[in-house]
Amino acid sequence: MSYLLNRSPYRKARRSSAFAGFDPILTGAVSILLVLGTLLVYAATRNWYAANGLDPQYYLKRHVINIAIGVMLAWGTTVIDYRLLRAYTPIVWGLGVLGLGFVLIPGLGDSVNGAQAWIPLPGGFQIQPAELAKISIIVGMSMILSERSHDSDEPTSQDVLRALVVAAIPVLLILLQPDMGTVFIISASVVAIIAVSGASTKWVAGLLILAVAGGIVATKAGIISDYQVKRLQSFVDPNADTQGAGYQLRQARITVGSGGFLGTGLFDGPQTNGRFVPEQQTDFIFTVAGEELGFLGSGLIVLLYIIILMRAFGIARRSSEPYGRLVCTGVIAWFAFQTFENIGMTLGMMPMTGVPLPFVSYGGSSMFANLIGFGLLQNVHARHRG
Amino acid sequence: MSQRSRLSLIFLQIFIASLLFALMGRLFYLQVAAGPKYRDAALSIQSRDVVTPATRGLIVDSSGVPLALNKVGLAITVDRTKIDKQEDKGVKVLKNLSLLLNLQYSDVWQRTRLCGELPKGKKAGCWTGSRFQPIPITKEADPQIALQIVERSDKYPGISATPIAIRSYPGILDVNAAHLLGYVGPLTDYDLSGASGRSYFRSESIGKAGLEIKYDSYLRGSPGIKTVIVDRKEAVTSTSQNTKPTPGNHLVTNIDVRLQAATEKALADAVRRARASGHRADGGAAVVLDVNNGAVLSIASYPTFDPNSFEKGLTVQEAKDLFSESNGVPALNRALQGLYAPGSTFKAVSIIAAKDAGYSLTANYACPASVEVGNRVFNNFESKAQGTLSLKKALAVSCDTIWYRIAFDEWLRDGGLRPKSDANDYFFKAAARFQMGEKTGIDLPSESKGRLADRNWRKAWYSQNKDFYCNYAERSTKAQQTPFLILLAKENCVDGDKIRAGDAVNFSIGQGDTIITPIKLAQMYGAIANGGTIWQPVVAKAIISNSGKVIKTYPYRELGNIDVAPATIDFLHDALHEVTISGTSAGVFAGFPIATAGKTGTAQVFGKNANGSAKDDTAWYAGFAPAKNPKFVVAMMVSQGGFGASTSAVGVKQIFQSIFGVTGNKVIPGTALFKNGNPPWKLPKISPATRPAGEKK
Repeated sequence: MSYLLNRSPYRKARRSSAFAGFDPILTGAVSILLVLGTLLVYAATRNWYAANGLDPQYYLKRHVINIAIGVMLAWGTTVIDYRLLRAYTPIVWGLGVLGLGFVLIPGLGDSVNGAQAWIPLPGGFQIQPAELAKISIIVGMSMILSERSHDSDEPTSQDVLRALVVAAIPVLLILLQPDMGTVFIISASVVAIIAVSGASTKWVAGLLILAVAGGIVATKAGIISDYQVKRLQSFVDPNADTQGAGYQLRQARITVGSGGFLGTGLFDGPQTNGRFVPEQQTDFIFTVAGEELGFLGSGLIVLLYIIILMRAFGIARRSSEPYGRLVCTGVIAWFAFQTFENIGMTLGMMPMTGVPLPFVSYGGSSMFANLIGFGLLQNVHARHRG
Repeated sequence: MSQRSRLSLIFLQIFIASLLFALMGRLFYLQVAAGPKYRDAALSIQSRDVVTPATRGLIVDSSGVPLALNKVGLAITVDRTKIDKQEDKGVKVLKNLSLLLNLQYSDVWQRTRLCGELPKGKKAGCWTGSRFQPIPITKEADPQIALQIVERSDKYPGISATPIAIRSYPGILDVNAAHLLGYVGPLTDYDLSGASGRSYFRSESIGKAGLEIKYDSYLRGSPGIKTVIVDRKEAVTSTSQNTKPTPGNHLVTNIDVRLQAATEKALADAVRRARASGHRADGGAAVVLDVNNGAVLSIASYPTFDPNSFEKGLTVQEAKDLFSESNGVPALNRALQGLYAPGSTFKAVSIIAAKDAGYSLTANYACPASVEVGNRVFNNFESKAQGTLSLKKALAVSCDTIWYRIAFDEWLRDGGLRPKSDANDYFFKAAARFQMGEKTGIDLPSESKGRLADRNWRKAWYSQNKDFYCNYAERSTKAQQTPFLILLAKENCVDGDKIRAGDAVNFSIGQGDTIITPIKLAQMYGAIANGGTIWQPVVAKAIISNSGKVIKTYPYRELGNIDVAPATIDFLHDALHEVTISGTSAGVFAGFPIATAGKTGTAQVFGKNANGSAKDDTAWYAGFAPAKNPKFVVAMMVSQGGFGASTSAVGVKQIFQSIFGVTGNKVIPGTALFKNGNPPWKLPKISPATRPAGEKK
């Protein structure tokens, strides 16, 4: 552990300001998303809570607290020495796996929307270990695939296998919940990391085929629960089921569409205030943006994601070390596919799976994970400029 | 970085960028390109229309006496948006309510379910409106009960008592007029489908029969609409639009409430009289028209029903009774839907046919007890020989055999069973000039058009029934296989497409296959009375707005002319007057101070009643008065009522008594219905408080 005490030259330089090294564009874009998300969470909940005699700012307050904690985590992730991060990775990974195992024990985990995904905490808080598992998988795989190799060296098949084991154990546990949305996002990250690691194209092609086949088998063999099959079916024909998943998808699309170009104005969306779309502050937060902010506002949100991701690609490319590049790649794939899955579901392009919109949706675990992911990008940006 | 890594990274970047730009494109499509469509969809999700029904216009008689108005009722209503929020979904409160109103809980539960909530086949009694409309359980609650509900709102949450306007038929002078007025009721799915070309709001009431449906578009006004914005739990969050209801317009009719009451009473008395002399008398109708313009002054059908029963809430049994055969089908308006052979009332038409055929109206004709037509013997009425009679006298005593002779001769002249292509068909043509077989065009729904059994009809009938009669042994039931019917079938198969001698002679005395409605007979005798004009009977006189403005008046319409020489009309007037002097209704009108004219009809009916008894004769009387310069024509019909004279002529006399103010055999000055003898032409002022003129206080 002695290397932990070795101070890197960067650390000294960064000491002068807590924010030195932060990429201003990335930070700016994420900050705007956080502010918009806060407004949207408030817009999604204030009216309904007030109408039902509850504190209209209940969600707003919690969301702000979540962001505050998340920002501290992001800051911590940014300034921490990556070697320290590497050292902690097995612990983070192990805790993630433990958490994932814990939620599956009947009576201990909480079930929301058919997925056994939550650990209840005192004070009404919950933790979703799958969110944190994303980070441990990304960091763990990047570590294994970059550890011994030099820039020119490509990871051996053994390395790839080890990396896949690191990913497979938590993914299997998440499959048991089942939370197909998260499995999809992690799979995308895994394939992206392995592809960018320089591993043989056979591996990449094989994994892609495996993912498609796995999806088909899971659906056919009933590994995906009825609940999820229903969600998939309602994606194919949203008018088939007027009360369940199809109803939600149709309502979501109508709500977004009714916003038009300019939107109804923040806090003034009748669909949002009438709460015709369920899970409005979490999985369907984008409907609030669509209705109240119109194409102008919701298009801006999509644009912000494009800016964040393209910026992150820049960081990955500039990174001098494979480790940083792989971490960046994993985080990019995670953010990109989660965003695409969430907004795509809202707009009727993707089947319904319960994944939150990064930096915008209400939800502590997801917010913490997203901001840690953001911190990882900043960390690579600050330390591994090539 | 290895080349492979670099390429992978670039590939990943392009892939992700295209995913996000796809999102952007989709977003643009949904919000900008298809935005208006989704805005409409969202509006229909968020907004609900709460409908305040308009006050329906009054229906009044020609002097403004209300026949239909609105009265204030106390409605006990259930608010589904409130009881659904209760823990037991309102079970307890509905149980309390049924106890209070002395109703079955299952009934109340059923009536508060939206039709869409119930499975197919179990929708009877369901609420056709929306969840936001208060659902009425009764519209005429006892004020005491209403007070209990208002005071104990803790015991009856979601239940309220509110005064509402309900349709009421006040029955002034005990007038019923159910068939004329019709009734109002809730909308059916058919109404809502827009198939009638009108659009309605679910909670509206609309006219269901009679004038209420015929003039519904004027009477109903337009409902007030309050558009509210609701949330997913259907709680109202705001009101976005509010239009006040516009009350409906009033309908002024040509009806005179006093004459209507007298007509109904005379009809009911006729039925009673017929029954007292052993006839079945299962129904009847009476109509009074103004001979000079076709105005319908009164119109009645028997048996009848209470038009108010619909607003009180019809039980299933009551609804069934309206249409049950054993009850005489009270819903049927026999004045314009009842079809019967006209019998001897048709002889006025035969006079015109005979005149056209060249028979002298002043000559004498033999009236033997029977006439042999072909190989069949046709008997005079009651097989009585009357010697030689003038045509006038023959009409007065209703001799049949004169007509058998003439009709048979004319049939032979037209070629008999090998009809000439240019057959004269005097009898058919005379009937056609009266527009028999066509509707009178009265402004009431569901009029039947009757049947003129001429050569064309016969051919059409044959092509439809040929198969049945020519394969009678296989096609008929066991009960139909009597020697007479088998013989008849054989005849029908051979020459059923032709007018046979028997058909021709039957036609001349209003028997056989020709059938008409009472309103048609009134129209025909009106034409004889006024010198030949066929008027379209019209009930409506004008539409007057709530503020007293005349929206529309209904002109009288001539439908045609019977084109009869004035001399023939004079002869008919004289002969039909003779009926009341020395003819079949002489006994009835003996001593009547006003000279009238008319004709009895006692028409045979083939077929059997449900209990197997042979059907009784149809008792007809058509009369007009005064005999000179006639103003009113009355037709009365009692089915299975026996003799035209003793049953219907007496009823018509009773109506004349009322019109001319006759008591005993004297005209009592000042008691006649109409000043100067004419119905009022000025439009009345509309007020629900108007009372009939000359009413005893």
